[in-house]
Formats: sequence, C-alpha cells, structure tokens
Amino acid sequence: MNLVWAWLADPAHWQGTGGIPARIAEHLLYSALVLVLAAAVAVPLGLWIGHTGRGRVVVVNVVNGMRSVPTLGLLYVSVLVLAPRLRGDWAFLTPAIIVLFLLAMPPILAGAYAGVAEVDPGVRDAARGMGMSGLEVLWGVEIPCALPLIFSGLRSATLQVIATATVAASVSVGGLGRFLIDGLAARDYGQMAGGALLIGLVALAVDGVFALVQRVAVSPGLRPARPLKTHEAIPAS
Amino acid sequence: MTWFLDHLALVGSLLLVHAWLAVVPLLLGLIIAIPLGWLAERNRVLRPILVVGTGLLYTIPSLALFILMPLVLGTGILDPLNVIIALTVYTVALLVRTVVDGLSAVPETVRQAAIAMGIGGARRFFTVELPLAVPVISSGLRVAAVSNVSIVSIAALLGIAQLGSLFTDGFARDFLDPIVVGIVACLVLSVVLDALIIGVTRVLTPWVAARSAA
Repeated sequence: MNLVWAWLADPAHWQGTGGIPARIAEHLLYSALVLVLAAAVAVPLGLWIGHTGRGRVVVVNVVNGMRSVPTLGLLYVSVLVLAPRLRGDWAFLTPAIIVLFLLAMPPILAGAYAGVAEVDPGVRDAARGMGMSGLEVLWGVEIPCALPLIFSGLRSATLQVIATATVAASVSVGGLGRFLIDGLAARDYGQMAGGALLIGLVALAVDGVFALVQRVAVSPGLRPARPLKTHEAIPAS
Repeated sequence: MTWFLDHLALVGSLLLVHAWLAVVPLLLGLIIAIPLGWLAERNRVLRPILVVGTGLLYTIPSLALFILMPLVLGTGILDPLNVIIALTVYTVALLVRTVVDGLSAVPETVRQAAIAMGIGGARRFFTVELPLAVPVISSGLRVAAVSNVSIVSIAALLGIAQLGSLFTDGFARDFLDPIVVGIVACLVLSVVLDALIIGVTRVLTPWVAARSAA
C-alpha cells in the first residue's frame, strides 16, 4: 500500500504528456470517441429493429456471440492484421479503436432494441389511436419510454470500453492502461496498482455521471427504471 | 491448422487451466450470491445496499482488479488466486441481482400455498422458492460463465498461464495462428459451459419442459 501512495503522491507523476492527468484525458478521449461512433450507429439501428420488429433474431445472436469473443484475442488479431497496413501514430490506435467500437455496439444495440420492443403495446395503440404517425409514435412515445434501457445499454458499453481501452495499452495505445503495462514491465508495483486504482475511480466516476444524466433525462413517470435484465446486460471485461 | 496439430498438448493443458480459472469462481460466486440475494430479497433496507454495492464492484475493469488483488489478499502478482477471487467478485456482483430477480418472481400464491401446507422457513426456501427461481438464476449464470471465460484470458498480460497466453505469445511473435487457436478454444469452452448450465437447469426444472410440451 505504501508503494502505491508513494507513487500517487509523487508530483512528478502528475505532469507532462505521460503524467496522470494527461493519461486520464487520453483514456476519456478514446472512450468518448468510440462511444459516440458506436451510439451513432447502434442507437438508430436498435430503435429501428425494436420499432419494426425486423431483424430481432440477428440482434440476439450477434449480442450473445460477441459476448463470448475474448477481447484480448480480438484486439491482437486486429492489430496484427491492420497495423502493418497503417502508418505513424495511428497504426496501433486505429485497430484498437475498431475493436472498441465492435465491443461497444452490442450492448447499445440490445438496450435500444429491448427498450422499444418492451414498450407496453397498450401505450403504443393509444398513441396510434390519437392519430400519431409511425415516426411520431417512435419519437414521442417509444423513445421516451425506452430511455431507461437505452441508458443501461450505453452504461454497459461505456464500462466495456473503459475496461478494454485499459487492455489496449498492451498494444502501445495511450491512456491509463500505460501505467499498468509499463509498471509491469518495470516491475514497479506501486505504478501498476496506482494506475489500477485510478482506472477503477475513473470507471466509477463516469458511470456516476451517466446515472445523473439518466435521472435528469428519464421521465419521472418511468421511475423506478427496470435495470437491464442480466441476460440482456453485457458485462465489462 | 498445422500449428494447432503440432501444439495439441499445450492447447489442451492451457484449456484445462482456463476452464478451472473460469468455473471455480462461478461456483464460489453462486454459493455466495444465493444467501446475499435471499437477504436482499426480504430486507427492504439491505436490498439497495447489496444490489447497488455489488453492482459498483462490477464497474472496476478486470485488469485493474487483478492488479489490486494483491493489496487486499497479500498474494504475489503472479498468483492465480488473484484471478479466482477477482472473478468470484464479478460473479457475485452479477448474480446477487439475478437471485433477487428470481426470488421476487416466485408467485405470492405459491408462497402462500406452501405456508398453508405447513412448509416453513429454510425448508420453504430450499424446496419451493429456490427451485422456482432456478430458470432466472441460470440465465444470470450463463452470462457470468461466458464473461468469465473472456475475462480470464486478460490475466495473460500479467503472465498467468491459460488460453490467453496464446494471445500474448502470438502477439509477441507477430504470429496469428496461436491467437486464432486461442480464440476458437475460448469460444468452444464458453459453448460447452453454456450447454452444461442449460442441461443442469433442465434436470433441475422438469416442469418447464413439461409445461411447454403440454
């Protein structure tokens, strides 16, 4: 424990491009980039599948299938195949971002899909009966009702991405994982454990921010939100 | 393919270690989660504390948790015990909520009928409530099993040998074959574990099959 505090308390570790604040910023930047990209694709797709009921089997299978693929193996395959074809700083970053994107998609897709698909049919019929068009039902009724599950999916994906971005340090990507991997290489347990502690705190803080946003965004009529059932949730790795 | 055939024994032994590291936490986690879930289900005050508290543990990324384990346990960084305990923590985190969901889904009429027949306390829990919660608990267990198989491989970064070592080896040598073999072996292992859990669930809940056949 003393090693860890000594490492964390050293002001030299809080400065420069390899310092703690810079690494936290990198980690958050990669994660945010990936999540925005994944959400931009997966949320509309999930909403569409939930709204129309088309392609349901595909979602369930893709989501379950992706869960079984070991992230570390996927990351390495992606880097070994793609990195030689790319140049400069992006040679390692791009394959890592592609893998993070692939891992973030299924939980977001599942959340958006399940959210819309589980809207009470009575509510949907009532909206129809009031003369709302398909798009109006989706935008005015289904999406607001689906928000709790959409958030669950986003939060699962976020945790998955933060965790995997940590592992991505082993393929020369920046972020907080650097402390873990570099500390391991240098047999510096203080650095490893200090970095690990910071990652745990960052993950908790990000999830906390999501919880707050969710509280504000979700209609009070829908509380208490049903959490994503365990067979729908995708655990972080 | 030739690489796989040349290294059958290696892959086999890594697969066994991998299965051990994934399954032991699954069983430990189940044993711990059932009483915690039972407690959370009947106690209104403990329920949010247990469900949210164990959920928070789930947010900690696995590599970080593996590295922090020695601080808590006093183990060495290479000790497989770190992996077993960390995965047990994840399994408990996932299953406590599942057990609560499963127990809450037991119909009140069934509970009342059991009480009326004089089945009380522990006997009611073990012969009526827990068996009826098995399908829900089993769905959570399947998620935990599959995610454990994936997470175990990450411990290879710390030098703990299992199928993930094929990933780190292959990556270090710029050689795809062992990585692909490792991924396939992990997939096979999760499919086998999944089938095992489904099989055991079927044996434990004969009424489900009977009902769907009727």
